[in-house]
Amino acid sequence: MTTTSTSTAFVNIGERTNVTGSAAFKKLIMAGDYAKAVEVARQQVENGAQVIDVNMDEGLLDAHEAMTTFLKLIAAEPDIARVPVMIDSSKWDVIEAGLKCVSGKPIVNSISMKEGVPQFLEHARKCMAYGAAVVVMAFDEVGQADTKERKIEICERAYKELMGIGFPPEDIIFDPNVFAVATGIEEHNNYGVDFIEAVKVIKQRCPHVHFSGGLSNLSFSFRGNEPVRRAMHSVFLYHAIPAGLDMAIVNAGQLDVYDTIDPELRTACEDVILNRDSEAGDRLVALAEKFRGTDAVAEKQAAEWRGWAVEKRLEHALVKGIDQHVVEDTEECRLKADKPIEVIEGPLMDGMNVVGDLFGSGKMFLPQVVKSARVMKKAVAHLLPYIEAAKEADGLSGAKGKGKIIMATVKGDVHDIGKNIVGVVLQCNGFEVVDLGVMVPWSKILEAANENDADMIGLSGLITPSLDEMVTVAEEMKRANMSMPLLIGGATTSKVHTALRIAPAYDGPVVHVLDASRAVGVATTLVSDTIRDDYVAKVAAEYEAVRVARANKGQSELLPIETARDNAFEADMSLKPGKPRMPGVHTFPDWDLKDLRQYIDWTPFFRAWELAGNYPAILEDKVVGESATSLFADAQKMLDKLIDEKWLKARGVVGLWPCRRKGDDIIVHVEDEKHVTLPMLRQQIAKREGRANMCLADFIDRDGDWIGGFAVSIHGIEPHLARFKNAIDDYSDILLKALADRLAEAFAERLHHFVRTALWGYAEGEQLTNEALIKEQYRGIRPAPGYPACPEHSLKPILFDMLNAHKNTGVSLTESFAMLPTAAVSGFYFGHPQAEYFGVARVGRDQLEDYAARRGVSVEQAGRWLRPNLD
Amino acid sequence: MTPREKLLAEAAKRILITDGAFGTEIQNWKLDEADYAGSLGLSHDQKGNNDILALTRPEVPSSIHRAYFEAGADIAETNTFSANRISQADYGAEHLVRDINVESAKMARAIADEFEAKDGRPRFVAGALGPTNKTLSLSPDVNDPGYREIDFDTLKDVYREQIDALVEGGIDFVLIETVFDTLNAKAAVMASIEAGEALGRDLPIMLSMTLTDLSGRNLSGHTVEAFWHAIRHAKPVTIGLNCSFGAEQLRPHVKTMSALCDTLIMVYPNAGLPNELGAYDEAPATTAALVREWADQGQVNVLGGCCGSTPEHIRAIVEAVKDLPPRAIPTPEVRTRLAGLEPFVMAA
Repeated sequence: MTTTSTSTAFVNIGERTNVTGSAAFKKLIMAGDYAKAVEVARQQVENGAQVIDVNMDEGLLDAHEAMTTFLKLIAAEPDIARVPVMIDSSKWDVIEAGLKCVSGKPIVNSISMKEGVPQFLEHARKCMAYGAAVVVMAFDEVGQADTKERKIEICERAYKELMGIGFPPEDIIFDPNVFAVATGIEEHNNYGVDFIEAVKVIKQRCPHVHFSGGLSNLSFSFRGNEPVRRAMHSVFLYHAIPAGLDMAIVNAGQLDVYDTIDPELRTACEDVILNRDSEAGDRLVALAEKFRGTDAVAEKQAAEWRGWAVEKRLEHALVKGIDQHVVEDTEECRLKADKPIEVIEGPLMDGMNVVGDLFGSGKMFLPQVVKSARVMKKAVAHLLPYIEAAKEADGLSGAKGKGKIIMATVKGDVHDIGKNIVGVVLQCNGFEVVDLGVMVPWSKILEAANENDADMIGLSGLITPSLDEMVTVAEEMKRANMSMPLLIGGATTSKVHTALRIAPAYDGPVVHVLDASRAVGVATTLVSDTIRDDYVAKVAAEYEAVRVARANKGQSELLPIETARDNAFEADMSLKPGKPRMPGVHTFPDWDLKDLRQYIDWTPFFRAWELAGNYPAILEDKVVGESATSLFADAQKMLDKLIDEKWLKARGVVGLWPCRRKGDDIIVHVEDEKHVTLPMLRQQIAKREGRANMCLADFIDRDGDWIGGFAVSIHGIEPHLARFKNAIDDYSDILLKALADRLAEAFAERLHHFVRTALWGYAEGEQLTNEALIKEQYRGIRPAPGYPACPEHSLKPILFDMLNAHKNTGVSLTESFAMLPTAAVSGFYFGHPQAEYFGVARVGRDQLEDYAARRGVSVEQAGRWLRPNLD
Repeated sequence: MTPREKLLAEAAKRILITDGAFGTEIQNWKLDEADYAGSLGLSHDQKGNNDILALTRPEVPSSIHRAYFEAGADIAETNTFSANRISQADYGAEHLVRDINVESAKMARAIADEFEAKDGRPRFVAGALGPTNKTLSLSPDVNDPGYREIDFDTLKDVYREQIDALVEGGIDFVLIETVFDTLNAKAAVMASIEAGEALGRDLPIMLSMTLTDLSGRNLSGHTVEAFWHAIRHAKPVTIGLNCSFGAEQLRPHVKTMSALCDTLIMVYPNAGLPNELGAYDEAPATTAALVREWADQGQVNVLGGCCGSTPEHIRAIVEAVKDLPPRAIPTPEVRTRLAGLEPFVMAA
C-alpha cells in the first residue's frame, strides 16, 4: 500500500467496530477490554475496510466516554488510523465528542431533519467547521422515508437546505434507508426496489452526492443464517451499486462474489430484493433452511510419480509445475535435513537449476517457468518460518541471493503482467525481487532501493505517459546521487526512448530490457564484478550512437502545419455512412462471455507470454508448439471455468452522436445543449507525391456527419487475483490477467461488429469470420486515444464524459489516463469507408501551439501530453 | 478589498515574500534577563521568552520587522509563536497573553503600513499561532496510549484568546504555523472560524505544516495530502510547509502540495539542517538557489525563511525569484476527499 490516494468506485465500510452490529465487539467494550477492541479495528482494516465505522450506541454504555476512549486509542495505531473514521451515533453530543478526537477528515453518521431544519443546519455547520463529510438520513419531521417518493422528496429538500449554507455537495452522503424485506408483511416487499429506484433519481437531481446504506437491516428476517444473509447482501449490492450506491456498511471480510452464489439461492434473493412476485419472500424462507451452514470439500488424486524419492519428486514438481504436494514433500525434506535452509540450497535449487537450464536452452518457455516458480515459492513460503527460527537460534544470516532488485510499475500506470513475469523469472534465477506493485511514486522507489540496499531498480509501464514518469524517476535518482543500474521495460518503452530521454537524465547505467528472457542475462551481468564495466560501457556507447543517429536525422522533414493541412486527405463524402439506426448512448451491463470467447484474438495472448508466432500456427510450431499448446489448454480450462462460474463481467457502453468537422476539430453534438470539441492531430512528416498528411478529422464531413465512441471493460478479477495471490500462484494470476485483457479486446471487436451491423447499421449484411475481423477487413475504424492515430491520452476523459463511462461501465481513469480495471478498451468509431489507421508520429512546435489553443490548455501542458510525439 | 482579495491580487502578479526567523536575530542583541523581564514584576525567569519583548523591549522585534521589510518582504509574521496561555504558563505570564498579542500585532501593522505608504506596494501582517507544546493526537505516556494532556475545547479556547487579541491589534491573517499535530491545527481553525463569525467578517487563515520525517509526514502521522484533506474546510488563503528540514528535503513535498491544493502555496524552510553545534549555517545564496528551483517549476506563491534564516537570506530569495512568475492555482476535480493518516479520495 502506498501513501497516495486510493480512488475507488465502491467503498467498504468496516462494521465490526459497531456495538449495534457486532455482539463480540459489544461484549469487549462492555467489559472495558479496549485492547482487544482495538484489534477488531485492525482486523477490519486488514480485511479491506476503507473506512471504519465506530458506533457505541448501547443503552448500558456511556457512549460519549466509550466513543472518545476508543477513537483516541486507535489514533495511536498507524495501521488503523491510516483510514478515515466514520463517527456513528444517533446522539449529536456523542458525534461532536468524537469529532474532537479525530485528526483526519472523518464522516459523520448521521444527521437528519428529524428534529426540524434549524437543528439539522446547525449540525451541518458544525460538521463543516470540524471538517467532516456527513451521512444524511432520509428522515424528516414526519418520519423515516419508506417509499421511493418520500426518499426522493426528503433528500432533495435536505440537499437544497445544505446548498443554502454553502455545504460542499461532495461531502454529502445520503442514506435513503435500507429496510428489511421478506418479513412476511406485504408492505415491506418493495423496500429493496424503493431504495434502488430512489438512489437513481436523487443522484441525478443532486450533483456530486454519494449514497450509503446499512446492509444488515435488509436481511434482518434471516438472523442466524449467515449464508443467506451474505447472499442477500451481495445480490442487493449487485443491483444497488450500478444505481449509484457507493458505500455500504458491511463486514469487509464477508461478502460473497455475486457470481459465485448458488444460482438457486441467488435467484431467490433476487426475486425478493427486486420484488418480482408476491410469493418471493415465502420461497426464500423455504429455501433458506437448505443453506444453513454449508460448505463443500474437494477431492484430490495421486499419480505414479508420487512413489519416487522425495528429492526426485520435488524436481519433478518444479519442472512440471505441479503444486499439489509441494508442501508435504518440502516438509519431508526438511525433516531429513540438518538445517531448513539446506532444503532450499539442496533439492529445491537443484530442481530450479534444471528449470533454468531448460529455459536457457529454449526447451522450456515462460508459461512453464512461471508455473515452476509458483511451486518454488510455495516451498519457500513453507520453509521461511523454520529458517527464521534457525537464524535466531544460531544468530546466522540466511543464504545471500545473487542480487536484489526493486521492481515497480511507475506512478499513474496500473499494468503489471510484464513486470510480474520478469519478477518471477528473476526470482527463479536466484535474484531477490522486491516488488512495489503498481502506481508507485518515485519517492517510494528510491526509498525502497535505499532501505533494501538494492543492486538495481527495474521500472515498468505500458502507457505512454509512463515514459515521462520513468524520466522523472531517473532524474530523482540522479538528484539523490544514486549509482545503481536502472532497468527499463514494458510495452511502450524502447531502446530509442531510453537512449534519448532516460539515460541522459541519470548518471548510472540505464538499460532497456526488451523482454523477460533478456532480464536474467542483463541482471546477472550487472551484478558481476568481472563483466559489468565492459557491458555498461558497451550499452552506453550503443545509446550514444542512437542519440547521434537521431540528431543527424535532422528536423527538415516536418512540414509547417498549414502546408500539411493543405495536403489533407480528401474523403469522398458521398460515401459517408448514414444516420445510425439507434443514435444516443447504449449501455451493456453484462455481455455474455460465451459470446465474446469466439472473438478472442489469440496471437497477442501468446505474445504476452513471449511465445512468438501467430495463432493457430503457433500450436504446431516446431520450437514453441508444445509449450504453446499446453498454455492454450490451460487458458481454455480457465476460460471454461470463468465463464461457467461467472467470475468476470463484461460491461460496455456505446455512443453514436451527430457531429461535424471544423478544421482539424471534430465538433460532437452530445445532447441538446452540449457540444464537445475533439481536437485531432495531423501528420506533419513530408509525404511523397500523392500521399496525404492524415488526420482523423479528414474522415468527417464538414456539412454534418456521425461519430461514435465506446468503452468496454472486464470486471470482477480482483477477488480471484487475491485468491491466487494467497495461494502463491503467479501462473494463474498472470493467466487470468492475460485472459481478461483478451476478453476486453474481444468485447471491443464484438461491439464494433454490433455497431456496424445493428446500432449504426451501415454494414448490415456484413458476415466476417473472426480471422477477417482480426485482419480488420471491415468498414470503419475504432482508433483509441493514446494510440498512433490519436496519440493524445487526455482525450480519454472527454470521451469518458461523453459516454458517462464511469457510471455506465465502472471504468475509471488514473492521473496518467490509464483505465481501471486494466482489462479495458475505449475509442472512437469512424464509419467512413475510406477511414484507415495511421500514425501521427512527430508533430512540430506550430501544431503543438495550435493544438494547445484548440484544446484550451497551456502550451506547456499540451507539451507534456504530447511529449512522445515531439522532437 | 478585503485582505484575502488583496493578497490574491498581489499573488497573481508575482511571487510574494514572507519574512524570516526572529530567534536568530534576537540573539544578536545579546539580551540578558533584565532586558526580557523589564518592569513587569513576574515571578519566573523571562530569558528566552522572545514574545514578551513586545512589552519589555519593543524596539527589538520592531527593528527586526523593519530589517525584513527592507530586505524586500511583503508579509510580516507577528512575533507571537508562543504567545498563548499554554506556552506562557512556563514563564508565569499567562495573564499577559492579550497584551503581548495586541502589542505585537499593532507594532507589525504600523511598520507594514509605514512601508506600504512609502512605495505603494501592499504589505501584510500575519498573526502567528504556534502549535503549543501540548498535542491532541498523541499520548505523552507510553503506557497509556489513550491519555491526552489537553482536550480540543481547552486548546480551542487558548487559541481563541490569542486570535481575538491579534485581531484587535490589526492583523490581516491568522497564520497557524509549524503544525506538527493536525488535530491541534483543527482546533485553531475552529477558533478562527468562530472568531470570524463573532466579528461578522472573513478572517482568512494561513496554514503551514511541518514535517518530522523525510517520507513527508508530520508528528501526528499525516501525509501532506491527508493534511490538506483534513484542513481544507478552513478555506485557507495559503497552505504550505515551514521549518521541518531545509529546502532540499522539502522539495518533493512542495511538489505534491503544489499539484494538489487549490489555494496559494507558501513555503518557508529552515536555513538548511543544523550543524553539529545545533546552529544553522546554510549561506543565503544556497537557500535562495534551492527555493528558486520551486519557483522555476511554478510550484510556489509565497517564499520566506524559518529557523536560522536572516534578512540576508530573505534578500537573496527576493533577488533569486524576482523575475519568475508565480504558480497558477490549479482547479482540482470535485471529489470527496477524506483522510485518516493517509488520504482517501472517492470516485466521482
